[in-house]
Amino acid sequence: MHTVIDNDSSAGLALAREQYVTAFRWMLLARLLDEKFASLYRGGKIHGGVYLGRGQEALSVSIGLSLRRGDVFAPLIRDGAGRLAFGEPVLDAARTYLGSVLGPMRGRDGNVHRGRPREGLLPMLSHLGAMISVVNGMLLARRFKGIKGVVGATCLGEGGTSTGAFHEALNQAAVEKLPLVLVVANNQYAYSTPSSRQFACRSLADRAVGYGVEGHSVDGTDLAACLKVLGEAVNRARQGQGPQLVVGRLLRLCGHGEHDDASYIDARLKQSSLGRDCLKVAEEHLLRQNWADGETLEAWRKEAVQTIDEAIATVQREPAPDPCKEDWCALASKHLCEGYLDVA
Amino acid sequence: MSITYLEAIREAQARALAEDPRVYIYGQDVGAFGGAFKATKNLAQEFPGRVIDAPISEDAMVGSAIGAAIEGMRPIIEMQFADFSTPGFNQIVNHAAAFFWRTQVPCPITIRLPCGGTSGSGPFHSQSMEAVYAHYPGLIVMTPATVEDAYSMLLEAIALDDPVIFCEHKFLYYHLKAERLPTEALPAGKARIARAGRDMTLVAYSAMVHEALAVAEELASEGTEVEVVDLRTVKPLDTDTVMASVARTGRLLCVGESWPWGGVTAEVVARVASEGFGLLDAPPQRLNAKDTPVPYHPNLWTVHRPTARSIAAAARRLLRL
Repeated sequence: MHTVIDNDSSAGLALAREQYVTAFRWMLLARLLDEKFASLYRGGKIHGGVYLGRGQEALSVSIGLSLRRGDVFAPLIRDGAGRLAFGEPVLDAARTYLGSVLGPMRGRDGNVHRGRPREGLLPMLSHLGAMISVVNGMLLARRFKGIKGVVGATCLGEGGTSTGAFHEALNQAAVEKLPLVLVVANNQYAYSTPSSRQFACRSLADRAVGYGVEGHSVDGTDLAACLKVLGEAVNRARQGQGPQLVVGRLLRLCGHGEHDDASYIDARLKQSSLGRDCLKVAEEHLLRQNWADGETLEAWRKEAVQTIDEAIATVQREPAPDPCKEDWCALASKHLCEGYLDVA
Repeated sequence: MSITYLEAIREAQARALAEDPRVYIYGQDVGAFGGAFKATKNLAQEFPGRVIDAPISEDAMVGSAIGAAIEGMRPIIEMQFADFSTPGFNQIVNHAAAFFWRTQVPCPITIRLPCGGTSGSGPFHSQSMEAVYAHYPGLIVMTPATVEDAYSMLLEAIALDDPVIFCEHKFLYYHLKAERLPTEALPAGKARIARAGRDMTLVAYSAMVHEALAVAEELASEGTEVEVVDLRTVKPLDTDTVMASVARTGRLLCVGESWPWGGVTAEVVARVASEGFGLLDAPPQRLNAKDTPVPYHPNLWTVHRPTARSIAAAARRLLRL
């Protein structure tokens, strides 16, 4: 059941130019948006952390593009590209990072913890593996309602596969034969811990057989390969083939967050094929295929920068949350919220 | 006819399944087997596809309930024992409890915890978890003490738009009986005066209500009138009813089956002391289980938790203060 689809020329050729270009432009927007957030963070304009998806855009965008309206997506911290491709507005990211009260989380939660559950986009928990069973539950609910043909996808790093939540949820999805696509970005480090201290199996995709699910591995630096493998995995889940475990091999090209200089990353890994920048690889592919020239690439970049600058400028004029207008009630049943006399 | 506390829980679930297509039950052995305590007896047969056996995966059980609730379902999760909710703790307190606050999307799940001690059950099948869950914002914690409340509060738990921790006491499952199911009930968040009295207020919840009522009966024969308050819901806590009772009696003893550090009894005493100090004729008192794991042997177990005997002794001490 475990298929290995590696980087080869046929994978890229088989894909339509349009899909590749669309994916590339989301990746570019995600990269530039990340860089904007990093710069705002360095300028002290962002409260809390900033987490970039640098190096993971090809894998991430392929998930977002393979899904469609009505599907469920639970991204993790490095899925800016996948979020955009799935349909998350740039404004949602900007508002959540900059703490605008108009954002989907209204200042109650920040940075990568954003989503629109009613639109199938889940706001992640920091506890790794926790989102998988929640996606399972959304898929179960669709089954109860007789809604067919939907897929739920969620992402994790290799570190997240060490949790009990990962095991429980993947097993649960297998038992219920749910249309779940679980994407593991093996980016070689969980914060500073190398994958040699995380797991001892040859490949995380080998675990699929143990759960009774289909497994795939892919070169996460190759957009064409990612689009092909993710597209197939999503299709197989949609067609009733049960859960799909997809493992992308790549290297995190940044720190865990912008507070982290990533000095622990092995220089040999950076120089290996794992350390290739997927955005550069995709750009070279576009040029080599004559799908874009330098001028077009520059125009796309300018357009992305303009989109980002407009979003940030808009959000910077928006109000921050006002503690006096906050109801400080964690319940939907407002009548059951207690008025404590002894809180600040 | 007569109906037990356990049967009331089963009947409430049957009614919810019959009346609301959004309701389903998920837990270990709840399907054809009918649950470890038979709280879902015959429900899988009566409601095919809606009473589902789960793998031994408490985290994934609760996580999937959150996902289904987001999609508009009303899941009921049966933990086989309250003690086993700890592997699902993260999903309960960090995910379900925080979800509405973060997203404004309600997360209506009911988590049934068969809780409390029974003789011979030992450290891992006897725990009372209400205080732990009550500590987290975003959860409602119910502790029904009667057959009527077991039925009506479970229906209310399922109907509420928030995650509810439903603490059903195993000690009450079989021996507590009522003539019929109730047709009306107090709402969540309201305590009940289980017995009126003017000499002291004895606040209790869950199985301890029955110990408290036994104490009130015993002390009545000595000429002392004990008012017993059944909290029913520990979060939110009905401070008004407790305070009004203390205003009448001037003395407070709060009893809980859980451990002494913090918890429901500490919360009640703290509130009465800080908001109703002037109402008190004596220092407010509390009585809890001992600060050890729950013991296995009946000789140890009966002394570990408060009983009518130890509560009566504490009540007499309070009356002398």
